[in-house]
Amino acid sequence: MNASPAAVQGSTPAAPPHPAPAQWGRVRAGRRSADKFLIVACTLATVLGAVVLGSILLMLIIEGVRGFSPNLFTQVTPGPGSEGGGIANAILGSLVMTALGIAVATPIGVLAGTYLAEYGRTSHLANLIRFLNDILLSAPSILIGLFVYTLMVRPMGGYSGWAGGVALAIIATPVIVRTTEDMLRLVPGTLREAGAALGAPLSIVIRSVTWRAAQSGIVTGVLLALARIAGETAPLLFTALNNNSWFSPNLMGGVANLPVMIYQFALSPYENWRQLAWAGALLITVTILGLSIVARLVLSGPKGR
Amino acid sequence: MVALSENVALAARPVVARRSPSPVGDRIFRAASLASALLVLAVLAGILASIAYGGWPAFQEFGPGFLVSSAWNVGREQYGALVAIIGTLVSALLALVIGVPISLGIAIYLTQLCPGWARRPVAMTIELLAAVPSIIYGMWGLFVFAPLFARFVQIPVSNLVEGMPIVGTLFYAQVPSGVGVLTAGIILAIMIVPFVASITRDMLDQIPTVLRESAYGIGCTTWEVVRHVLIPQASVSIIGAIMLGLGRALGETMAVTFVIGNANRLSASIFDPGSTIASRIANEFNEADGLQLSSLMALGCILFIVTFIVLIIARLLVRRAKVA
Repeated sequence: MNASPAAVQGSTPAAPPHPAPAQWGRVRAGRRSADKFLIVACTLATVLGAVVLGSILLMLIIEGVRGFSPNLFTQVTPGPGSEGGGIANAILGSLVMTALGIAVATPIGVLAGTYLAEYGRTSHLANLIRFLNDILLSAPSILIGLFVYTLMVRPMGGYSGWAGGVALAIIATPVIVRTTEDMLRLVPGTLREAGAALGAPLSIVIRSVTWRAAQSGIVTGVLLALARIAGETAPLLFTALNNNSWFSPNLMGGVANLPVMIYQFALSPYENWRQLAWAGALLITVTILGLSIVARLVLSGPKGR
Repeated sequence: MVALSENVALAARPVVARRSPSPVGDRIFRAASLASALLVLAVLAGILASIAYGGWPAFQEFGPGFLVSSAWNVGREQYGALVAIIGTLVSALLALVIGVPISLGIAIYLTQLCPGWARRPVAMTIELLAAVPSIIYGMWGLFVFAPLFARFVQIPVSNLVEGMPIVGTLFYAQVPSGVGVLTAGIILAIMIVPFVASITRDMLDQIPTVLRESAYGIGCTTWEVVRHVLIPQASVSIIGAIMLGLGRALGETMAVTFVIGNANRLSASIFDPGSTIASRIANEFNEADGLQLSSLMALGCILFIVTFIVLIIARLLVRRAKVA
């Protein structure tokens, strides 16, 4: 009986499994500061990303707008050290080669994506191709330049617009394959069944039902591919190179294009050339950012996210 | 009636392996789509074959010594890959060291901390970084970043460490112009951040909310939820995402060519200029022929093998991440 007060006193405040109050405070402070550190660090990281993007855009606008003039779109690139001139030939060359690349890549990419989503599905071959396509998607573009150089430039005896277009097509294809497959997989199987129930052969079901249902997604893929290849420089360096004169209708010679022009002019010692490089850089970046924003809006538009 | 029901039965099966009674058009379409898919295979094989073929004379001439020789002398026709290999590895490694924590931070911010209304615009901003062409990063690096870097980092640090052992060698810039291996690493870090961040974000998003809620329910702080629940859950995919970033950093060409300084000498300092495999190919390819051309192709072959091993591991770890 007389031992009880002590026992009670000993047992009440202790709550043995928990640390003593003083320690509690320390642990909590530690936890809280770790939490604060995480929040601050993560926010800073995100702000840093936004600041870099902002800084790039700011730089392009400040430097690029000075070089903007109507001449940019009407005159060809000037010779070393001369005044004036524009980048019309580079713009046109870029447009033609990008269009060529997309024109080659779209049917191949859409068909290959269709194979993966509709025919191959989980077969070993489809899995392998899917895997290799993903690898090709992130392969260094300079290697694709070397490939097309060996494949086309050397046998054909010189740099050519055709080779440039093919190199861009190789870069664009995996993007289109990937998005097409993903989009086709989102199409519900019941739609295909409905088509098949009408007695349509599979190829017609795919073309007039599945493709139509996935239309906007496939278009997005093409837009993303376009954005991807429009600014590619490395592969064009070994395939189309450059040309300071007007674009000629045959693509057999070197063809001027914006990325290589920017590369050569930006590193040149001539003020005039550098100015043109900045203007070209602004033009190309705005185009590409615009394209990718549109692509993302198309993709997330109807369904939301 | 019979044909119709057969069709339905076939179409309802998960794997549609349909043959014969279809018209010719059906078969042609199937063949065309298969051929297009096989083209992907052919292109990849073609890349390897063409680069190996192009680089063969150099491998034959220099043998395995090509990998460890630091010579690059156009006049004497002596070529070695060592300087470019080290430059490639060091710049890519620096890119990871700088870029990965930032990417994880952004991914965590987007999934855990960002208020709902800001999520899409912020995510879009980060993803737009991936759309900026690499040549623009090069120009930004050379004309905006490098001067600032030289003035506020290279010069003070060089002055500070001058004469010190080890640190003095690593961080002393002989010509503090802002370009060099570290600058290339920083620019590469910025370039891989959007990829690693967006893949990591996708992976974190896929973790069931129940896990997160139960952790918060027992009184965890955000830090503890991230550290003990989210990161362990997604660790394999995050490592895959990092490898994917590494693959990009290894093969990146234009941005690096602008800011790395393109030196052919080996230097112990990360402030000094160097060169990577990709930057050397971009720089010299158009003026090269004969053995030099073939040595560049051989460099390309090494790059192919290294990046493809990295990418294969990455892809095995991250099954279906989106890469814009």
